[in-house]
Amino acid sequence: MGLAKRIIPCLDVDNGRVVKGVKFVDIRDAGDPVEIARRYDAEGADEITFLDITASSDNRETMVHVVEEVASQVFIPLTVGGGIRKVEDIRRMLNAGADKVAINTAAVFNPEFVKEAAEKFGSQCIVVAIDAKQVSDNPPRWEIFTHGGRKPTGIDAIEWAKKMVGYGAGEILLTSMDRDGTKIGFDLALTRAISAAVHVPVIASGGVGNLDHLSEGVTKGAADAVLAASIFHFGEYTIEEAKRHMAKAGIEVRL
Amino acid sequence: MNTVAVIDYGMGNLHSVAKALEKVAEGTKVIVSSDPDVVRKADRVVLPGVGAIRDCMAEIKRLGFDELVREVINNKPLLGVCVGMQALMDFSVENGGTDCIGILPGRVEFFGDDLRDPRTNERLKVPHMGWNQVHQAIDHPLWRGIADDTRFYFVHSYYVEPANPGLIAGSCDYGFSFTAAVTRGNVFATQFHPEKSQHAGLALYANFLKWDGE
Repeated sequence: MGLAKRIIPCLDVDNGRVVKGVKFVDIRDAGDPVEIARRYDAEGADEITFLDITASSDNRETMVHVVEEVASQVFIPLTVGGGIRKVEDIRRMLNAGADKVAINTAAVFNPEFVKEAAEKFGSQCIVVAIDAKQVSDNPPRWEIFTHGGRKPTGIDAIEWAKKMVGYGAGEILLTSMDRDGTKIGFDLALTRAISAAVHVPVIASGGVGNLDHLSEGVTKGAADAVLAASIFHFGEYTIEEAKRHMAKAGIEVRL
Repeated sequence: MNTVAVIDYGMGNLHSVAKALEKVAEGTKVIVSSDPDVVRKADRVVLPGVGAIRDCMAEIKRLGFDELVREVINNKPLLGVCVGMQALMDFSVENGGTDCIGILPGRVEFFGDDLRDPRTNERLKVPHMGWNQVHQAIDHPLWRGIADDTRFYFVHSYYVEPANPGLIAGSCDYGFSFTAAVTRGNVFATQFHPEKSQHAGLALYANFLKWDGE
């Protein structure tokens, strides 16, 4: 027995409310991030990730309150991503009770920001989020995209992951933009390639449609953690079911 | 009213520690302070910490918390968490070598860039991040009600190697068996984060608030 592979539910939060629908039969307020986080905690989530998709900076303050509220009730690691552009953004989230922040676009436009953040707060709380899309088949190659997968950057995903770890990223949150929302499973080749290229943990994201996909992320993608949103939000599966399924596949999980 | 002071030296996520203590406080007042005189008056003291040891030690010394820790362990319980545990040792190899507070004999070592599972030879990621099992090496009031081999949340690249195995209160396997908790007299310290370890972590904090030391 040893270190467990982690299951991380992800919540998209817009102006303090969970969007993309969460349907639990017995939940009073399906848009309340605090109530949903508590539910996931009770089901055995290993961590929870909040993605702040609020467009206006005025409303970002709301996310700070959400984190404060969740952190006083849920005692597992919390990660916040979305709109983390300055050292001050990180400080506010950590002070509110977040354990890690995920830096995405800001890392692409200003890689030094990752270095500065890791030096200031420690690598353990700096997650670099990578949105990658396959750009060629043979040999397979993936590039970094920004703005929700719309803007290509020409940057090779594997080289980028190595560079970010060199700059102090303590973890990589890897999303396949080809698979995101498709429910056909992770891009396993991409996940495996990134996981082999870096010495820090890699979280696989994008494409989970069933519990086998979660297991494959670990067994075939060599991911250290798997992240999913919709399969948990819509009550298709509980996190406990997901863990039992992974355990049956021979994966070590926290039950 | 009983009080527990969380030492605030400007580093790390002491808010999480304070919130978890508040959750189980049951009448104990939780104080977060960067003033040694305030901390000195508390009934119990928690030394948290995350990030790089050099920066942590610089602030601990600047604020006089190295002296305070040496003093308070004579008469009240002290809990070190993560880098707060490492800071209690003599020396850490991190940041090119950093002298620590030195109330517990031993060193802080690096997991290395090529850590492997001895059974499978599979490469292990560093930092050691996530939920791993803690084997309780001894009976201790802080383990009360917590099953042996319960999982706690870890995130660290360096680990404590006590000079005397008698200090080990708990161990954990990651490539090899490393020290997950130490204790001596009024001191207990964990490499894992109880404040992020759900029920088991809260139970440990609750135990600490009932512990009178020694």
